[in-house]
Amino acid sequence: MRVQSKRALRMVAVAGVLVPSLGQADWTMNMSPGVTGTSNDIFGLHMTILGICVAIGVVVFGVMFWSIIAHRKSKGHKPANFHENTVVEILWTIIPFAILVAMAIPATATLIDMYDTTDADVDIKVTGYQWRWQYEYVDEEFGFFSNLSTPTDQIENRQAKGRNYLLEVDKPLKVPVGKKVRFLLTSNDVIHSWWVPELGVKKDAIPGFINEAWTRIDEPGIYRGQCTELCGKGHAFMPVVVEAVPEEEYQTWVAEQRAAAERERQLTEKEWTLEELMERGESVYNTVCAACHQPDGSGSPPAFPSLRGTAVVTGDMDAHMDIVVNGVSGTAMQAFGEQLSEVELAAVITYERNAWGNNTGEMVSPKEIMEYMSE
Amino acid sequence: MSAVADTHSQEHHHGPASGITRWLFTTNHKDIGTMYLIFSFAMFLLGGSMAMVIRAELFQPGLQIVQPEFFNQMTTMHGLIMVFGAVMPAFVGLANWMLPLMIGAPDMALPRMNNWSFWLLPCAFLILVSTLFMQGGAPNFGWTFYAPLSTTYGPPSTTFFIFAIHIMGISSIMGAINVIATILNLRAPGMTLMKMPLFVWTWLITAFLLIAVMPVLAGVVTMMLMDIHFGTSFFDASGGGDPVLFQHVFWFFGHPEVYIMILPAFGAISHIVSAFSRKPLFGYASMVYAVGAIALLSFVVWAHHMFTVGVPLTGQLFFMYATMLIAVPTGVKVFNWVTTMFRGSLTFETPMLFAVAFIILFTIGGFSGLMLAIAPADFQYHDTYFVVAHFHYVLVPGAIFGIFAAAYFWLPKWTGHMYDETLGKTHFWLSFVGMNLAFFPMHFLGLAGMPRRIPDYALQFADFNMVSSIGAFMFGATQILFLFIVVKCVRGGEKAPAKPWEGAEGLEWTVPSPAPYHTFATPPEVK
Repeated sequence: MRVQSKRALRMVAVAGVLVPSLGQADWTMNMSPGVTGTSNDIFGLHMTILGICVAIGVVVFGVMFWSIIAHRKSKGHKPANFHENTVVEILWTIIPFAILVAMAIPATATLIDMYDTTDADVDIKVTGYQWRWQYEYVDEEFGFFSNLSTPTDQIENRQAKGRNYLLEVDKPLKVPVGKKVRFLLTSNDVIHSWWVPELGVKKDAIPGFINEAWTRIDEPGIYRGQCTELCGKGHAFMPVVVEAVPEEEYQTWVAEQRAAAERERQLTEKEWTLEELMERGESVYNTVCAACHQPDGSGSPPAFPSLRGTAVVTGDMDAHMDIVVNGVSGTAMQAFGEQLSEVELAAVITYERNAWGNNTGEMVSPKEIMEYMSE
Repeated sequence: MSAVADTHSQEHHHGPASGITRWLFTTNHKDIGTMYLIFSFAMFLLGGSMAMVIRAELFQPGLQIVQPEFFNQMTTMHGLIMVFGAVMPAFVGLANWMLPLMIGAPDMALPRMNNWSFWLLPCAFLILVSTLFMQGGAPNFGWTFYAPLSTTYGPPSTTFFIFAIHIMGISSIMGAINVIATILNLRAPGMTLMKMPLFVWTWLITAFLLIAVMPVLAGVVTMMLMDIHFGTSFFDASGGGDPVLFQHVFWFFGHPEVYIMILPAFGAISHIVSAFSRKPLFGYASMVYAVGAIALLSFVVWAHHMFTVGVPLTGQLFFMYATMLIAVPTGVKVFNWVTTMFRGSLTFETPMLFAVAFIILFTIGGFSGLMLAIAPADFQYHDTYFVVAHFHYVLVPGAIFGIFAAAYFWLPKWTGHMYDETLGKTHFWLSFVGMNLAFFPMHFLGLAGMPRRIPDYALQFADFNMVSSIGAFMFGATQILFLFIVVKCVRGGEKAPAKPWEGAEGLEWTVPSPAPYHTFATPPEVK
């Protein structure tokens, strides 16, 4: 009896993990009109062209089905013998052309508006990385990375999936409502594409080039999107989350961020202990490194080497710093010197040298990192 | 008298050789056509089984069956194998079998090259498929292989992929040269250009497209090879190159390529619709001009694949207008087919079922194509499942249904037997339902915001993905039935007369079924 009930329980649990989605899924069939002027314009164009296509389809398929039903040989229908009619052929060339011209006019107007990135109130630089986004507030001198916050256990079906599965981040992009926000998009590695459907903004982030896009959000709220250009194995796992807040709240938040950035700069001067660095390093490692080198440091060779007891993390400290700070060209290992602060670099290097049984007992301080980088 | 005896003894010595050498050394257009068709179907099953892996993983949210690395290899290989291994060789196979029969020629103009261009293909695909077993895995950057994901960040097997593409390209170019040489030189007396069957016309234009763009593809993969191994920076901004240059060159090949995969189907469908309507094709001349116009326009629309890369406003407008313009000649073709059916005397054998489905579903793919042409709206559609739905609607019920329609139409001529009509219709209806169930919901997924090429997705996309996977499994399994039908038809069945279809027209129906090993040794007279 007990065995049976245990088994029944387990089956319920398995079923819960396997079909967690059904309760929350929906049957959305159409585009969302979104929350900006641009997204509403696009929605209007979308519905117009869809309407035109449906109307033409009804006429053409109507004639076709009439023939299919009425002009069957089994009903004794005798074939006509016509095979040309210049007037008809000219008409069905000119009419579609006129419809297309009528369609092109509003499309052109919308496109011109979308390309007008002048007179922006806020400038935000968006940089794509494999596989996360970096946001830098150009005029405010602070910035941060925005990482997927869905736990691996949910992705690998060991845990029920949350409401915003794969569309949630640790730190969303914050923008003020009612202001024109300009995005300057680029990439650090491969091509990514930054998309938020409800804003009607999608633009490729291309390494070595800067693209522009803009938005003005009318309603406060949280808007979610994803990377839409194949960028490697983590392509599905780099969402975009934008939080639009009222102007005052935005200003308060900006002030806090500036202060926090200042505090972070001062932390470099502090004397750190091994334990403090290990603690900080673990969180840096899990957000930045674990996607490739795995949370337990085992990697997935040959593309992503193991960090368990291997020469780089147990041997020469300078060589280890060189790889983390400058990356390895021609491979997926990026130059993290540009992405992480001195404190984060020191913490993650120290963590790698002491975690998973590496236990070298060696540490590197933020100050040493700063000296190394200024060499 | 002696001349007659001579001819007889020659024919006697020119039957097919026996054993494997018949196939290795053959220069006979019918043998080579058969090999192309068998090869293409094998690739169709291989590429299709990869699609099954993709749909199985997408059956539910979360990672269940494969890891993202392998998922990306599957999407890449599925695309490459279907485009270069299944669809293109199938049309070359049809061309080999039918072009000489349709224009009254004894064989293709360049038979030895014909043999060589076929046998290059298995070599190319052996290289391509072998990358799955290499360290670091197969190409994983999508069939469009955008740099720098495919150069700096590509797996070691990318080099093998490049050589495979080179070999396929050589094969395609030789095939195209052969088609042009045959059509322009070997037509029966009296068959002027404007009397050519439409399948011949569409293939002639397709062959010119192939010769124009395959070298561009070879160029772009060679630039990749240089970037990877020889230190150049064509596509690397840090060395003065430009990743977007890759996309311009690739799509200059890629857009004509999509018409390469559909124009011959246009031709075949024109014959089939006319035959089963028992009525001449409406607007023959306008059909020819429309195909020509589509082919020319296909060279000036490539950047509509790149509306989000930051093309300047004027460029964006040019490519939007040019793309919308393609709807006009394409519309003319659809109107002509429908008018051909109008007031005909219709029957619905399997080829006609596939042809009617082709017209309806290809038109739906054309409609979504017109929507994608509207540049501002494309910012929302681009790289979502809406695009996946679009191009599967033009390729599956377009190219592939066109090939099925053509195969059923000409099978009696090839084998000398009628195929099993009940099984053929079953194959059609299962394919039709499965295909729509698989691909129609993808429109909704794309509009709701699901990006393409992802192995895992947010929960609101779960329901339609499950429906789509069920449809895909149904469509995939059904194709085994086609294999069974063809094998059954080759081995026996009701004997086919020279002209098994009441309304069919053309020289191919004047020779017996099965078509003898050598046909039209003496050219027929066309009036």
